[in-house]
Amino acid sequence: MRNISRDHIKAILTLLPSIILIGVFVYGFICNTFWTSMTDWGGSGALAENPEKNYIGLSNYRDLFTGFLGGGFRQDLVNAVFYSVSLLCGAIGLGLFIAILLDCKPRGEGFFRTAFLYPMSLSFIVTGTIWRWMLAPNGGVNILPSYVGMEKLPLKWLTSTRTILEFNWQNLWQVLLCVIAFFMIMAGLWKLKDETSRAGKRWIVIGVMTGTLAWLFGDILPKALFMEELHGFNLATLGIVMATIWQYSGYTMALYLAGFTGISQDMRDAAMLDGASSAGYYRFVALPMLRPITLSAIIILSHISLKMFDLIFAMTGPDNAETGHPALTMYLTTFRANDFAKGAAIAIVLFMIAATFIIPYLISSYRKGND
Amino acid sequence: MIKRFSMGTLLLYGTLGLLVIAYLLPAYLAFVTALKLPGEITLPRSWDLPAEMNWKSFSQAFSLLRPNIVNSIILAISATFLSTLLGSLNGYVFSKWKFRGSEIIFTLFLFGMFIPYQVILIPLFQTLRAMNLYGGLPGLILAHVVYGLPITSLIFRNFYAQIPSALIESAMLDRAGFFSIYTRIVFPLSIPGFVVTSLWQFTQIWNEFLWGICLTRYQSNPITVGLAQLAGGQAVSWNLPMAGSILAAIPVLLIYVFLGRYFIKGLLAGSVKE
Amino acid sequence: MKNIVGKFFFVLCMALLLSCPAPSAYAKDLSGDLEIFSWWAGDEGPALNALIELYEKQNPKVKIINATVTGGSGVNAKAVLKTRMLGGEPPDSFQVHAGQELIGTWVEAERMENLASLFKDEGWLDAFPKGLVKLIGTDKGIWSVPVNIHRSNVCWYIPANLKKWGIEVPKTWDDFFAVAPKLKAKGIVPLALAQNWTANHLWESVALASLGPDKWDALWSGKLAFDSPEGIRAWELFGKVLEYTNDDASSLSWQQATDMVVDGKAAFNIMGDWAAGYLNTTKKLAPVTGFGWAPSPGTGGEFIFLADSFGLPKGSPHKDNALAWLRLLGSKEGSDAFNPLKGSISARVDSDLSKYNDYAKSAAKDFGKDRIVGSLAHGVTANEGFMNDFASVMEMFLKSKNAAVTGKAAQQVATKNKIGR
Repeated sequence: MRNISRDHIKAILTLLPSIILIGVFVYGFICNTFWTSMTDWGGSGALAENPEKNYIGLSNYRDLFTGFLGGGFRQDLVNAVFYSVSLLCGAIGLGLFIAILLDCKPRGEGFFRTAFLYPMSLSFIVTGTIWRWMLAPNGGVNILPSYVGMEKLPLKWLTSTRTILEFNWQNLWQVLLCVIAFFMIMAGLWKLKDETSRAGKRWIVIGVMTGTLAWLFGDILPKALFMEELHGFNLATLGIVMATIWQYSGYTMALYLAGFTGISQDMRDAAMLDGASSAGYYRFVALPMLRPITLSAIIILSHISLKMFDLIFAMTGPDNAETGHPALTMYLTTFRANDFAKGAAIAIVLFMIAATFIIPYLISSYRKGND
Repeated sequence: MIKRFSMGTLLLYGTLGLLVIAYLLPAYLAFVTALKLPGEITLPRSWDLPAEMNWKSFSQAFSLLRPNIVNSIILAISATFLSTLLGSLNGYVFSKWKFRGSEIIFTLFLFGMFIPYQVILIPLFQTLRAMNLYGGLPGLILAHVVYGLPITSLIFRNFYAQIPSALIESAMLDRAGFFSIYTRIVFPLSIPGFVVTSLWQFTQIWNEFLWGICLTRYQSNPITVGLAQLAGGQAVSWNLPMAGSILAAIPVLLIYVFLGRYFIKGLLAGSVKE
Repeated sequence: MKNIVGKFFFVLCMALLLSCPAPSAYAKDLSGDLEIFSWWAGDEGPALNALIELYEKQNPKVKIINATVTGGSGVNAKAVLKTRMLGGEPPDSFQVHAGQELIGTWVEAERMENLASLFKDEGWLDAFPKGLVKLIGTDKGIWSVPVNIHRSNVCWYIPANLKKWGIEVPKTWDDFFAVAPKLKAKGIVPLALAQNWTANHLWESVALASLGPDKWDALWSGKLAFDSPEGIRAWELFGKVLEYTNDDASSLSWQQATDMVVDGKAAFNIMGDWAAGYLNTTKKLAPVTGFGWAPSPGTGGEFIFLADSFGLPKGSPHKDNALAWLRLLGSKEGSDAFNPLKGSISARVDSDLSKYNDYAKSAAKDFGKDRIVGSLAHGVTANEGFMNDFASVMEMFLKSKNAAVTGKAAQQVATKNKIGR
């Protein structure tokens, strides 16, 4: 027995360097950045050997979200949300579709798999360089149709100044409530389909009520900004979305494909015997079983889309406001405008967004691990 | 019945064929552009085959990027080696020597995998500076080792979970200790785990850009930074960045084509669940 | 009287300079590395290479590391430089725009070595125009060596094309608004514009035309507010000008915008005179006959200038090598090797004009007689904090086209960044 406990000490000692490294480099650094974001480190003299830093509380955050000059950041933030959502839908949808096709076991499956997965191995800088050329207004994708006798496309992939789904930042709370209501209704409908439980109905009722209230009486809510400021999804970002989907749909495909292979043939045969069609099999048997895979794909992809820096840097350069992203703004604010405190605040905002869905995920997987 | 079957097959291959073409188009474009002479490259004719094969683009791009490629090779190999080794030890502890709180520590480790790296950027280079590691490869290696720990520990933990505990227990009865069990039993079994993890790490490190641009001086820039430089000068002839992209992609692409099975395993292990 | 003394002094200095042996005599036997950090890649590379070759000839044992970071006007280089300086790994010498970009960022942070004694030893206090030396110095010292003078408010065109379309070069913006609709009707873009920083670049030409040089200077000394009626009028004029620019601007590099003019897709382009180097060297067009230029509309007799300079950061690892480099940059020999290729004029008052092309000769002449004002877009009049915030103000304007709100925002930015204080 004594022997074992000595071994346990050895085990802990083995782990210790890593614990210290992670403790300092992850948790310590996050705290440090958080502290920096509450100082006024910036402006002239910011680059001195020992720059002056004074504690100013949350005023950097206030500037970002409600300040006159935070408009660029707010637009980037809204754009990043849209970017994440379209990337998730695109990459998961396309990946799943290809996985189902390959699950039919066509001849040359190995070749197909390689062809869909190879973009994943590339660096974002490589992808960005190639796709910048692909999406040039007078070449690449736009002139492809002319090879089959059609008109050239007039799309301005990366430079369009059009914005869709605009909303006024003043009405931020109202919009947020409506979005929450929408998700509640959707969740309710989803539950209702599975089992006609009361829970589902309850979700719908609350959702509808929140939505209507927000819609009707939204004006009472405090204004998030002192002036009208429209933000929406910049269409120029679609080019970035396309390149990212190209790169990552192979990844979701591989995840799903492995999942499909993991489902035993017996299960499949049983489903077929029950009279399920192919579509029915995927819809009612395979997909529900692969929910954990979908979940991890969502986590990984949103993580990637939140820190997106390299691809935009290589595709449109750091200065194209139409394809802005907070990860890029952070770099520019910090290292070009010398506003270290504000750069740190942007980084913390990104971190908070990431944390809101990663912490619940980690907690649930921790609980599962303990069962 | 037969007819419907063949219609379905046709549809299947047709869709797959179209998709494959769409996925390969960017690669095709990169190749033809790289092989053209600078004067021949124009946007409206970007899809045409080169009139004359200009293989020189590759040697030119290579000579421009050679220092960066050397840096990246040193960086990727040493950082991969270190983080894999540490990850293997961690995974061994997390799966076979659980102690009170080890699961919590493991979860806290995992969290490090998902943070946006912007959030640690400012303190990172301040710390590296204080350690006198800023600017060169050692600092970059350290960063990659530390932030690679979560994923390598995760993959090895999942991998070692498959080694039956009975094996460990019987070794303990033979009075084998912590390290001798690792060297005699666990390590020999974990070659596939090492392959998967190092492939994954190598790919990640080779492709990384943000730290490369923020933490190194010019002489120590990795390949991604060198390539961004090459492609950033707007008036340069486009065959060079394209050839450079292909050169930068080759090591990882080779890994992927020849060791694809392991790569996919790495991907799956990288997705926490299982 | 004073003038005569000045001239006498100048001649004396020249004589001293000429009697001195060539700069290489200063060089002890230097060895080791010399890392030069700049954003002169691509088209601007040959000019830098000419200097490097000269340096290598003088100091054959020094290995030069030419660390360039691409991106017009140093947009990427400035960020990379900052990580280097913060990381305690400064390059031996780096490029920086003379003016507030140097003073506001690096001198105030006490990161630069004082070069006053170098200036005295080399007699540069008289070799460079007084106004320029004032811009690179503070009361505590002189902080960088200027290598060139660029002009920002230049309007470029192709004479043959204008003849074909039957139009004249506009002298004022009203002239421009008279011809622009006609050009537009023909499917020609009246004014070619490129990515974001070139919008700032255009703004300074437009604002100078709208404000006039006195009020322009007042703007930067804090005596005139951006949201004053005059300030807002400048934004209104700018908005009107923007209506006649290409809508794919943000995807183009400045070279591509200039290409539009060369290819006959656009009539005019307002760009700094590095475009002359591009048109002449890369596009192989002859000055006057192949391409033409004029002060941007409404700024005749005014010269918005900017200057590139090199400084010596504290902690430079090869200080002696860097000092030799700076000596070369400031010398007549170095200046006249670099500037003809770069398309700029020498910062020295004694440059050998016969080595320069027709454009540079005319620019040098204008520099001697025009009213000189500083450039905003290239770091002369305002510090980096302001410039970065101004970029978001510009974004706001491009999106909203609301002159009054933008003027107010610009004033807030100016207050925040302590403009004029």
